[in-house]
Amino acid sequence: MKIISKIYIYLIFIFLYLPIFVFMIFSFNNSKSRVLWHGFTFKWYLKLFENQEILSAFYNTLIIGGVSACIATVLGLVASIGIVKSKKLTKKVIMNLTNIPLINPEIVTGVSLMLMFVFLYKNLGIFKPGLITLICAHTTFCLPYAILSIMPKLRQTDSNIYEAAQDLGCNQMQAFFKVVLPQIMPGIITGFIMSFTMSIDDFVISYFTGGTTQTLPITVYSMTRKMVSPEINALSSMLFFTVFILLLIVNFRKEKGKPLGVHKM
Amino acid sequence: MKIRWSLMPYSIWMLIFVLVPMSLVFIFSFTSSSSGFTFENIVEAGKYSSVFLRSIVLGAVSTLICLVLGYPAAYSISKLSVKRQNVFIMLLMIPMWTSFLLRTYAWMTLLEYNGLINKFISFLGFSKFNMINTPGAVVLGMVYNFLPYMILPIYTVLTKIDKKVIEAAEDLGAGKAKVFTKVIFPLSIPGIISGFTMVFVPSVSTFIISKMLGGGSILVIGDLIEMQFLGNTYNPYLGSCISLILMIIIMICTGIMNCLGSENVKDENLVM
Repeated sequence: MKIISKIYIYLIFIFLYLPIFVFMIFSFNNSKSRVLWHGFTFKWYLKLFENQEILSAFYNTLIIGGVSACIATVLGLVASIGIVKSKKLTKKVIMNLTNIPLINPEIVTGVSLMLMFVFLYKNLGIFKPGLITLICAHTTFCLPYAILSIMPKLRQTDSNIYEAAQDLGCNQMQAFFKVVLPQIMPGIITGFIMSFTMSIDDFVISYFTGGTTQTLPITVYSMTRKMVSPEINALSSMLFFTVFILLLIVNFRKEKGKPLGVHKM
Repeated sequence: MKIRWSLMPYSIWMLIFVLVPMSLVFIFSFTSSSSGFTFENIVEAGKYSSVFLRSIVLGAVSTLICLVLGYPAAYSISKLSVKRQNVFIMLLMIPMWTSFLLRTYAWMTLLEYNGLINKFISFLGFSKFNMINTPGAVVLGMVYNFLPYMILPIYTVLTKIDKKVIEAAEDLGAGKAKVFTKVIFPLSIPGIISGFTMVFVPSVSTFIISKMLGGGSILVIGDLIEMQFLGNTYNPYLGSCISLILMIIIMICTGIMNCLGSENVKDENLVM
């Protein structure tokens, strides 16, 4: 029985990783063929860095990811403080609001934001689809993740310590920045990294709210439709390692021995 | 209800970027470019009922396959030592966070007529067969992309089951099979329900998977919505209406699942 369950787990993981390994191996293939092996090369990686379209999309992705993760983390931190302190009813209303972007299918979130941005741009001339709308949209779907990372940490902190700091002569601001903030820092960093990962990975919502501005996933999408190029494999492998490293950082920050929880929902 | 100042920025943000857009979807569903209030979008959307049905069926089939494949996997992982559990769960989460676009693209190259799988099949001496651009390929894409979302919540619930409960059942004379059917499985239902939602919602609303692996021949709800907003047939009114219908379908399906689940479960706090 034990052997069977072990084999089963490995089969499932082979299924999950097979396509990833395939594109990684073929990113080093010295030919455009996706089936036959023609020797080892780095040329697709080099070509990637000469491709102006991909590079500009990459910068856009980084800017959008960085800015929206920052806004989401700060807004999420302030909101978490409010939620922890507030009464039951307020808490319930706010948490339901927080859950809307999590429950809604991505395509509906994307479409609804697109409707609003187009409407505002046509009638008021603000929110021209582009970098700004992308940052707003990304911040919106990152916010719940930021809150869900920060709030539990905030709940764990002992409010007596905050009061003790005030008794010892700190004003409220000092007590918060010197005492509470260091304690919840792990949650804040996790929230930031998660928001950043969600943002650089997002395709559906960017597709609807970005106008003509390209992010990396959108460029990848148009590449898969136009022609099949091994550059995509190279790009995929690099993205995979970026996410891999970010995830390693997030998970090593967690307490040891505790099984990892589900972040989504 | 007193609102704290610290809740203000967040509430305002969510109001502008969540509630207002959602209301716009609702309003657009019942208006058209020429007239005010109208039901013509719903009538128009009704013509696509076969597409709605196809999406629901494809989504339900993938969710079911995910459950059948995912439950034993979650169960097996939960039986390992804590250290190994962490390694496997981590390995499970990595594909979840890499772009689904790229993972689906990888399947595209695997399933092609001249792709690796067919090469392997003909190497074994069998004749090649057409895999891509079939409903089966779309289901495969969905199962592949969303399987971790089924395994994780079931695993979380399984690890939270009190070992004493299982021991008590064994002391009272239940065999291994009975312990599973009478104790472990009923206690893991909240995980199944949350897994159902996490797999069904993205599979019923996807448009990329059907486009890439279905080759445009298998139209689903997501494709319809995309066509109305970014395609040649620009019609945000109809698009909003289809989005609204999609949301209602999802609400009904998850509602049914929750009802089925809550008959067996009283403690809903088990699910995250």
